[in-house]
Amino acid sequence: MDLITSLSTSLTRRLILALGLAAVAGSVLAQDKFIVVASTTSTEQSGLFGHLLPQFKAATGIEARVVALGTGQALDMGRRGDADVVFVHDQAAEEKFAAEGFGLKRLPVMYNDFVLIGPAADPAKVRGNDITAALQKLAAAGAGASFISRGDKSGTHAAELRYWKAAGTDLATAKPAGYKECGCGMGPALNMAASTGAYVLADRGTWLSFKNRADLAVLVEGDKRLFNQYGVMVVNPAKHPQVKLALAQQFADWVVSPAGQASIAAYKIGGEQLFFPNFK
Amino acid sequence: MNAFSDSLALAAQLITHADATLWRIVGLSLRVSATACALGALLGLLAGAWLAVVRFRGQGAVVGALNTLLALPSVVVGLIVYLLLSRSGPLGSWGILFTPTAMVIAQSILVVPLIGALSRQVVADALREGGDQLQAMGARPLLAAALLLIHERRAVLTVLLTAFGRAVAEVGAVMIVGGNIDGVTRVMTTAIALETSKGDLPLALALGLVLLGVVALVNVAVALAQPRQGAVVGGLS
Amino acid sequence: MTALVSLMDASVRFGAVQALRPLDLVLHRGDRLALVGANGSGKTTLLRLLNGQLAPCTGQRTLSSQGNPLVSAMLFQRPFLLNLSVRRNLQLALWLAGVPAAERAARVPLALSRVGLQALADRPARSLSGGQQQRLALARAWGVRPDILFLDEPTASLDPSAKREVETLIEEFAHDGMTLVMSSHNLGQVKRLASRVVHLDAGRLVVDLPTDQFFNHDALPPEAAQFLKGELPWT
Repeated sequence: MDLITSLSTSLTRRLILALGLAAVAGSVLAQDKFIVVASTTSTEQSGLFGHLLPQFKAATGIEARVVALGTGQALDMGRRGDADVVFVHDQAAEEKFAAEGFGLKRLPVMYNDFVLIGPAADPAKVRGNDITAALQKLAAAGAGASFISRGDKSGTHAAELRYWKAAGTDLATAKPAGYKECGCGMGPALNMAASTGAYVLADRGTWLSFKNRADLAVLVEGDKRLFNQYGVMVVNPAKHPQVKLALAQQFADWVVSPAGQASIAAYKIGGEQLFFPNFK
Repeated sequence: MNAFSDSLALAAQLITHADATLWRIVGLSLRVSATACALGALLGLLAGAWLAVVRFRGQGAVVGALNTLLALPSVVVGLIVYLLLSRSGPLGSWGILFTPTAMVIAQSILVVPLIGALSRQVVADALREGGDQLQAMGARPLLAAALLLIHERRAVLTVLLTAFGRAVAEVGAVMIVGGNIDGVTRVMTTAIALETSKGDLPLALALGLVLLGVVALVNVAVALAQPRQGAVVGGLS
Repeated sequence: MTALVSLMDASVRFGAVQALRPLDLVLHRGDRLALVGANGSGKTTLLRLLNGQLAPCTGQRTLSSQGNPLVSAMLFQRPFLLNLSVRRNLQLALWLAGVPAAERAARVPLALSRVGLQALADRPARSLSGGQQQRLALARAWGVRPDILFLDEPTASLDPSAKREVETLIEEFAHDGMTLVMSSHNLGQVKRLASRVVHLDAGRLVVDLPTDQFFNHDALPPEAAQFLKGELPWT
């Protein structure tokens, strides 16, 4: 075949291939109904969504696409209009979000609890069921005990900061010697605690599904203050008109419906229930 | 060494059990990165060829800038594309954030400087050898550059494989613009990141081995598709 | 004799370097012009000036406007061949020269057999020997049907038998009507092939004589005579 003809044919072939690949790549853009849900790493990594969302899809035909970030980032995503629904666990931040007009009414969905994790040997002797006392002992232990903070504006981080405040420690001026901020998610924080024998505040859901435990164990649990409430909000279409209001509302309505709540309660790891539905 | 031996065994298991989710994730990784490299090649080879033949004041600065972009962190590219494609951003109306298309765009931006800078060097070197004669034969500069890219096609292929490697192995950009959504935008690297953060280190390593294995297969396929080097013809015909 | 290319008072300067001092030269159809001189004397620059690759800094270069535009081709000491087959290199050269597709298809096999490379048509061009590569270059040139063939030391890198083959082909082309402009170090080659010799010294055109007169020492200016004797003044 003449050089130019064969060259242009192969060039055309490659172009078509490239466009075809692009088309295939683009075709993953599902034609079915979908919404984007901004949620937290704790709900995703615990496996709850893997359990919940297929049931939601079966009930409504809607695909809920979850982007899992920290609570702070998830709410920011809602503010930017990149999500249709936010599903996080920091009541104060959520109410602020709604008050600023970014979200419609906040619906409480479920709770789980936080636990204080640490090395089984417990050098700071924090074991018990009082979170405030435990943190005071950690502060007193100074460099003898490390504490990993997520430092990422997540719901867990916000809760952690509240507990330190209640324990009388002003982190801005009197950070305990062993306090380390990683700016990371729950999993990486647990990884760090596992490899350095440090203490860390975690939600029970992520802890139960965490596999790299080394010699970590639950040291403080059962304190009513460790109660961790999750809420769901539809992003306000007044701020971002392209929000899929009808579909998003269906999601919010379903998770607080008897069917959704039952599905949440049914999710267990090793026979243990992780999340407790409490919509009223 | 437990994690390493566990992951080797796990990797073998993953491959033999042909888990559908895994292969879907692998497929998406390959499609996204291959498409990004194809787009990147179109732009990058053009840019590289053009920069090799054009003469203008400030050219050195442009080449320097291109070479600097070789060090673009993938997470920065992800951030920039995210801000562009966000609903609150200039291109929000396209509605492609958190889709594979956004991932292709981000990875294309990542590989264009790579392909451009390297192909520019390939063409510039080849021009030194044959630029004069091609010009004497009637080739205008850009055409000469294109012919030299064909002439140096093995080097160009290596450049493209390098770009593909960079794309398929990066996690920063696809994580931010894709969101690592299960079943939609989860690719090998974001899956590895997820399993790592969940503490399942053997699985994360195993997925890493699977990724390397798949890329190795791609390289083998490319190598097999090459015509053999011609035998040297000695003496007179 | 028809003039093809005329240079009048033409000179070339590269920055601070005067490559060619102002000279007059007329190239006629059927000329077999040889350019001789030491390295750096301006032979290649004069070749490129005649070929139109360079524009004169002073003076003019004019072409005879005799109906069809002038077609030229150039041969280099080491031909640049692409990493493609012999045939493809040939097709490419014809395409670059603007030969239409049907013509190309017709001329390629003719050119290959003209230089005796038809058996090697599908080999990678870069795997050919030096002499074969130069013959391919001649095929590329022949294929565009040039009025003028420029050659810049075409056999300098070749072994004696390859040199003979290439010279034979050049001779045949000239015999068939091609005008030649050739730079060479090889005075024997000049004697064999050229009808006219121009001697350059440090960018200056020293003599422009028919071959037999050039090789007759008595008629020559001192630099040219010394050059012939093989003694070059070292500056």
